[in-house]
Amino acid sequence: MPTAEQTLDEILTLAAVHFKVPREKLSPDADFFKTLGIDSLQTLDLLTKLENHFHVELPDYELQGVSDFRTLAGKIQARL
Amino acid sequence: METTKDSKVHGGNAEFHSATSAESALSWKLVDGVIELALHRGPCNELGSASLEELEKFATALQLMQDEAHSLIIYSELKPGFCAGADLRELYRRSETMDKAEAVKGVRDFLERIHRVLNLIDAAPLTTIAAVHGVTFGGGFELALACDLIIADKMARFCFPELRLGLIPGFGGIPRLKRDLGNGVVRDLLLTGRSINATKAQQIGLVSQVVGEGEALRAARATAAQLKKFDHTTAVAAKKFIKHIPHEELRREIDIFCELFARPAVQVGLRKFVESTDAQPYLP
Repeated sequence: MPTAEQTLDEILTLAAVHFKVPREKLSPDADFFKTLGIDSLQTLDLLTKLENHFHVELPDYELQGVSDFRTLAGKIQARL
Repeated sequence: METTKDSKVHGGNAEFHSATSAESALSWKLVDGVIELALHRGPCNELGSASLEELEKFATALQLMQDEAHSLIIYSELKPGFCAGADLRELYRRSETMDKAEAVKGVRDFLERIHRVLNLIDAAPLTTIAAVHGVTFGGGFELALACDLIIADKMARFCFPELRLGLIPGFGGIPRLKRDLGNGVVRDLLLTGRSINATKAQQIGLVSQVVGEGEALRAARATAAQLKKFDHTTAVAAKKFIKHIPHEELRREIDIFCELFARPAVQVGLRKFVESTDAQPYLP
């Protein structure tokens, strides 16, 4: 099982590739809605990408209010 | 070319755009026994009164074309997804400008009309395939459920978010999901309002094939090409034998929807959705 830091790193890389943002512009504690500039439909895309990548289910309501990569990584780590 | 009986006589191929303006919600064509219904009303094929009128035209044309066809594929040409469901902004505007009794009557009329279209697709004497990607929510999910097979791009997501508005799905989703899958799955999706991805949807038996990004239509066409090899009468008999239309529950669904729609909580829910800037506006 990956460590929490590895999970976080994979999320940052995945988000950078999917939304075509330089990886170095993404920091663990940044608000990813602002950093990635994504709307509600793109948020669903990100959720699906994460589920497919980590082979987990992430109920939407568990992510409600989550806006930074580190907290998101914690939610995913709890389901690995 | 409009789909008419004449067009069928002259070779069995036809193409039709239901409106000439760029605002048209859908178009269809019949080529080599396969009807393809393309959805293309931005932002994500929301189903309002204009889309319904076009769907009704398609339903009429379907009855003319179905003797010439063995398959129907429904897909979206828009990047965000298959269909985001009912046009809630239109529903909100209507409910704002009408008195409650008039608004409920209008909603019932809309539901009865869309049920007629979806029942017709559900029971059509050909094999129907929803080729979905991205957002397949609410009424979009219900449109897919009226089809015999769902082929999903791995980025597809399914959801019944209606409870956040104080409503239940109104386009036949619950009776059809209950018909096709276990009641536990229905309760999960209905009562939590969570969305599920294509892989999960395949695991629970909702989706027949999961394919790579952008591949759903190609896979649906390949499936339709295979279906053409079967004897049409046998395929129709098999479908009729295995797939019943839950008419009584569908009618009850309309009644429950209209009873719920009359409550002030729905107006509050609709307003909250329309005014929301939240990243997950489909959650309460």
